[in-house]
Amino acid sequence: MESITNSIQGVPLNHYILFSAILFSIGVMGVLIRRNAIVIFMSVELMLNAVNLLLTAFSVHHGDSSGQVFVFFVMALAAAEVAVGLAIIVMIYRNTHSIDINVLNRLKW
Amino acid sequence: MPIFSLKENWSGKIIQLMNLFYLIAFLSIFFSLLVIFSKNPVYSVLYLIITFFTLTIHYILLNAQFLAIVNFIVYMGAIMVLFLFVLMLLNLNEDSEPMKSNLIKIAGVVAGLCLLVTLIGSFRALADSDPVILKKPEIGLVKNLGKVLFNEFLLPFEVSSVLLLSAMVGAVLLAKKEPKKI
Repeated sequence: MESITNSIQGVPLNHYILFSAILFSIGVMGVLIRRNAIVIFMSVELMLNAVNLLLTAFSVHHGDSSGQVFVFFVMALAAAEVAVGLAIIVMIYRNTHSIDINVLNRLKW
Repeated sequence: MPIFSLKENWSGKIIQLMNLFYLIAFLSIFFSLLVIFSKNPVYSVLYLIITFFTLTIHYILLNAQFLAIVNFIVYMGAIMVLFLFVLMLLNLNEDSEPMKSNLIKIAGVVAGLCLLVTLIGSFRALADSDPVILKKPEIGLVKNLGKVLFNEFLLPFEVSSVLLLSAMVGAVLLAKKEPKKI
């Protein structure tokens, strides 16, 4: 275990920020270019995980464990969000027989 | 002389494992790109599982063992199974996959890259970064996180249990078939 934790000693914090920014942007891209509601949902999960990783990196860097507790709460929240969101998607599919988000334009205007 | 060679061996191992971070980061980015660009949604879910696995390895590298286990069980175990279950329940595959037109796709990619450039540009304005150092390597262990969780964060912890309960009730209520109106 010691040798594994030695491994990040040389990685600058900026690289963690960069990596999380890239993952977050990929999530945003996924929301923008896909029309399948479930894949959009998965992209949102990707964004949440990018933020989680950055929170953990900051927490380890500052030697403060509050960040990791926040990550734990974010994970609990993500689980609740996924349960409700997928229930909504199942209901939409039952009513419209499609999960194309372009069908859901009744709230437009 | 043996001490010197030992030291050199140690630093060589550090460099080798430092590259491990970049390798895992590359793998995460690669598989997350596959998530959003693969046409079949089932493949998207499978690639997302691999992405979450690489993120679990990141947590282990940061010595956040509790979060690594929680990420492994909750994300890869529970949430991804839920996604896969719903996908297979709805019988979605490549044929029924709605695709946007190419123009909108290119616009989306350009917008995402603009966001990335803006983020990176703003982060470059920050001070030069120090290397990540494990000041207190033990903070990510289950023992210490449990102590923090049940001392300082006891109220949010209990409230999150109410949140999970309400989410469960809401999911059951939403997914239930509506009774026939008389």
